[in-house]
Amino acid sequence: MRFERRDHPSRVLTVLAPVGAIVAALLVSGLLIALAGANPIRAYGLILKGAFGSRLGLSEMLTRATPLILTGLAAAVAFRARLWNIGGEGQFYLGALGVTAFGMIPAVAAMPAGVVIPLSMAAGAVAGMILLLVPLGLRLKFGVDEVVTTLLLNFVAVLFVSLMIDGVMKDPLAFGWPQSVPVPDSAVLPKLMDRTRLHVGLLIAAAMAVVVWWLQSRTVFGIRARAAGLNPRAAAFAGVPLGTTLIAVACLSGGLAGLAGAIEVMGVKGYVTTDLSPNYGYSGIVIAMLANLNPIGVIGAALFSAIMFVGADSMSRALSIPSYIADVTVALSLLTMLVALFLAQYRIRR
Amino acid sequence: MNILADILTSVGMWEAVLRIATPLILGTLGVLLCERVGVLNLGIEGIMTFGAMLGWLAVYNGADLWTGMIVAALGGAAFGLLHALLTVPLGLSQHVTGLGITLFASSFSYYVFRLAVPTASSPPTIEPFRPLEIPVLSDIPFLGPVIFNQTAPTYLALVLVVAIAWGLNRTPLGLAIRMAGENPHAVDAQGIDPIWLRIGTIMAGSALMGLAGAFLTLAAFNSFFPTMVQGRGWICVALVVFASWKPARALLGALLFAFFDAFQLRLQTVVEGVPYQLFLMLPYLLSIVALIVMARRARVPQALMRPYRRGER
Amino acid sequence: MTRVLDLSNITKRFGHVTANEDVSLHLEKGEIVALLGENGAGKTTLMSILFGHYTADEGEVRVNGTPLPPGKSRAAIRAGVGMVHQHFALAPNLTVLENVMTGTESLWSLRSNRSAGRAKLVALSEKFGLKVDPDARVSDLSVGECQRVEILKALYNDARILILDEPTAVLTAQEAESLFATLRQMTADGLSLIFISHKLHEVMSASDRVVVLRRGSVVAERATGETSKEELAELMVGRKVERPKRPPATPGKVLLEGLDLTLSGKGGASLHGVSFRLRAGETLGIIGVSGNGQTTLAGLVSGLYPPDAGTLLIDGRAVTTHDVPHAIAAGIGRIPEDRNAEGTIGDMTTWENTVLERIWSPEFSSRGMVRRAAARAATDQIIDRYDVRGASADGRIRLLSGGNMQKLILGRVLEAGPDILVAAQPSRGLDEGAIAGVHERLLEARGRGAGVLLISEDLDEVIGLSDRIRAIVNGRLSPAIPADRANAQLLGLMMAGDWSAAAEIEAETQMPEHKKAETEDAL
Repeated sequence: MRFERRDHPSRVLTVLAPVGAIVAALLVSGLLIALAGANPIRAYGLILKGAFGSRLGLSEMLTRATPLILTGLAAAVAFRARLWNIGGEGQFYLGALGVTAFGMIPAVAAMPAGVVIPLSMAAGAVAGMILLLVPLGLRLKFGVDEVVTTLLLNFVAVLFVSLMIDGVMKDPLAFGWPQSVPVPDSAVLPKLMDRTRLHVGLLIAAAMAVVVWWLQSRTVFGIRARAAGLNPRAAAFAGVPLGTTLIAVACLSGGLAGLAGAIEVMGVKGYVTTDLSPNYGYSGIVIAMLANLNPIGVIGAALFSAIMFVGADSMSRALSIPSYIADVTVALSLLTMLVALFLAQYRIRR
Repeated sequence: MNILADILTSVGMWEAVLRIATPLILGTLGVLLCERVGVLNLGIEGIMTFGAMLGWLAVYNGADLWTGMIVAALGGAAFGLLHALLTVPLGLSQHVTGLGITLFASSFSYYVFRLAVPTASSPPTIEPFRPLEIPVLSDIPFLGPVIFNQTAPTYLALVLVVAIAWGLNRTPLGLAIRMAGENPHAVDAQGIDPIWLRIGTIMAGSALMGLAGAFLTLAAFNSFFPTMVQGRGWICVALVVFASWKPARALLGALLFAFFDAFQLRLQTVVEGVPYQLFLMLPYLLSIVALIVMARRARVPQALMRPYRRGER
Repeated sequence: MTRVLDLSNITKRFGHVTANEDVSLHLEKGEIVALLGENGAGKTTLMSILFGHYTADEGEVRVNGTPLPPGKSRAAIRAGVGMVHQHFALAPNLTVLENVMTGTESLWSLRSNRSAGRAKLVALSEKFGLKVDPDARVSDLSVGECQRVEILKALYNDARILILDEPTAVLTAQEAESLFATLRQMTADGLSLIFISHKLHEVMSASDRVVVLRRGSVVAERATGETSKEELAELMVGRKVERPKRPPATPGKVLLEGLDLTLSGKGGASLHGVSFRLRAGETLGIIGVSGNGQTTLAGLVSGLYPPDAGTLLIDGRAVTTHDVPHAIAAGIGRIPEDRNAEGTIGDMTTWENTVLERIWSPEFSSRGMVRRAAARAATDQIIDRYDVRGASADGRIRLLSGGNMQKLILGRVLEAGPDILVAAQPSRGLDEGAIAGVHERLLEARGRGAGVLLISEDLDEVIGLSDRIRAIVNGRLSPAIPADRANAQLLGLMMAGDWSAAAEIEAETQMPEHKKAETEDAL
């Protein structure tokens, strides 16, 4: 048996790949649910009900999707340029820390929300950028593979957050809980729905997806970034400045992940803790792959993950199936997506 | 200065170095095998988690400790097979597949663990490996208790360093493995199928990763809890670069690393005014430093991360 | 004579492409058969089937009368078939001995018997005069030595039938000669050989029998003594293809000048004090064996990197910023030596590949935004004018054949109307028809007054296109000789580093050039 690259990758299969991948992942997870003694169909029904069945469920699902869209975009733009940014988790935390630190500047309290909100988001984005520029710098300067360094920096970032909220940024009113001082009220994002946690961050995230799509498909930067990722040698021959292009990509990618952290603080939590992120950064990688690195597709993939995570919580209470099944399904969908894309590009021959 | 001298001369400190090093040795050897045959295995973090959970679960359900170790190794090999099938015959991105394996293996481990142990305020425990005093040798002053009063898996790890070093350098199979990591076309031209060679080697390496995880639950601690691997897998990936893909240097790297870890743990308790988080950051930062130091010097297996398909160059 | 090898009625298809159609081929003991054909004629596929890398859809391989099980290279090795690959199948970080011994012992034995292996290797290398150090790391060897290791590997496996895939592609003329002498010695020893080639002169001089393959089928078989270069060329190409003739030159002012250029190698050989002049309306040919600094020279002139020392002058002005956009803006057109690795990005569209190197120009972008319509239109125009078959602006360029890809590259370069054209290996890997097309375009550019810097390993190409020829050896340029004084023998000497004759010819012919330069300076 051998695999042969298709001359024309099947359009239909490429579009259907995410669907097939999700179905395959759900089938395997269904098996795991069945082995645990529950009816998978019922479990999936409950997951859907949990995510869509009520106003609260729906709002929670969309709230959950918001940071996932941004971390998904962060991974997608980096991977397009073959910059293996696995540090979304750490950049998310630094973004959250950045926005909180910005809020602590005395002058900020006097500014109106219309100024504070964009500046806060920028602060978070810059913090995220910095954390990615370090490993990129190490790659460009010393040839250190960024995969491992970004992974390791995730741990450093969380410890740094812990250090800060234990120290200079500790909230004195939190009864000894390790959490940061809250961001000023002027930095809190307006709600989209009353009496829910859903905030305008969702719209910002969706807008970012469009911006990224535009950058990638319409601008000189986009075409250069893609060229640098697909074939660095040919890109260099065509005059693409590889270093600068990668730095720009890193700023965009790290900035998006940092923005995710900032928005999560400004829209949901109000302050930073070390359990702010249920693996948003790592999920972003899955989401980016599931979207086949397409920025608009990221929105759909983020929604899928959010449905699984939020729905599984309520399903888990009803059926006593561990809610980790959502993580299993999402992780599996990454692997099945890789296979599905492969099948869209290759045909199997004897 | 006195405090430092006290720490550095205490038997407990040096005994801990070997203990802390053991999962790193096993994990690094595992990554090393995979990379020597030409495949990056970022599944290690998840495979270690799975090994830790599976080994613990087996023992918790009545199996003896060695059965737990073997089960963990087999579990590791199973995920290794999955990684191998996706990256070798299909040639999928080794980065992304490895991460996918890590995410899948760890969430799957938590899922199974929660199913087996539904709710407990404190994680249930098992009776772990006890130190095995080697007669005579353990009577040597200082070195005796440091080296020859460890748990059996630590001895196993040390033996494996020698075995793998010999295997890679002195046996025909090891030669073929190294060649597959340098140029799979060359192996194929000599009549050995690099695909099967890679699959088998990745499974063996992943089994070692499973053992590394099981050491955590069956020897270092006595229970399983999520996130217990704490980036040790990633550190192993960094250590392989530090070791220039050589088993003996992998041992050295793991020991050096464990030394700093044991040292900072003790320093934490005696040095005041320095936040503990700074100490905890050290292992990760040290790994990055190790990568920087070795990045341009190391002789990377030339075919690392290059999938092999016949007729494609 | 005894027949040692028989391939009968081999057919192999890849998808809808038929690589081999009903091919039959046999080999007698002690014979050297040349398998002649153009790139893509199916030579390598056929040999890969013989060696078990591919399984034939139909047909059978027999060695010494016994059928070989298909798809098992191990069986082929055991039956005494050895293959010397064009791209060496060697592991660079391992030693010669390790490379040779891999796979020759049982994989499950606990100890590799190195001393026995070394003894056997040394004995073989002495017997056939293939000198190598068993403990040298392969990455430290020259290409010639690597090839010896490849041959020794096959001999170590007790091969009696040896297949050599384009064995002289990377060798100097002298190395090639000594290789063929070694091969003769082997046949005297009872070995039988097939060598794959598209070079007519070596087929004529080194083989006993020639089998010509065209489009996957055997079109002719000749005893070497009873055929001629001309006949073989026509058989190989299938028709008479004439490469275009070079009209007389009318060189103008100096467009490109290198003064003492020195550059440490960027993945290739270094340049040491290279000086040259290229005039308007002339072609300067740089001939040399691969790996002597061609890549570095082309990269330097193409704007990929600045020189460590020395000056490059374009149109009399010293280049201060060595990057690609400046090079292109200064009027340099660049044909890369490797279409797939350097010239195109396979998974991007044709239009993106067409405009990428000039995306900064107002023609294709404004304020950071790509002018997609203009880019597509320009691409369509090139596809049309340069007859790029099978291309569409939005299709991925990976799908184009080598010849059509080269046409597109020529198009994107020439449509910009460059004053200076750097053509590195412009016809490498193309078939005769495509080569003629490329040559026509290069002559056209010269005809309209561009200076062409032709860097090539192909003697016929350099002699056919150039007005003056220099050889590049170890990063140094030889004196220039006029093309009408060039012949294979003289160029061979120059490529081997013997420049005394060339220097004399340069001295003889240089006078007018100097005078011309002086008159220009006076103006």
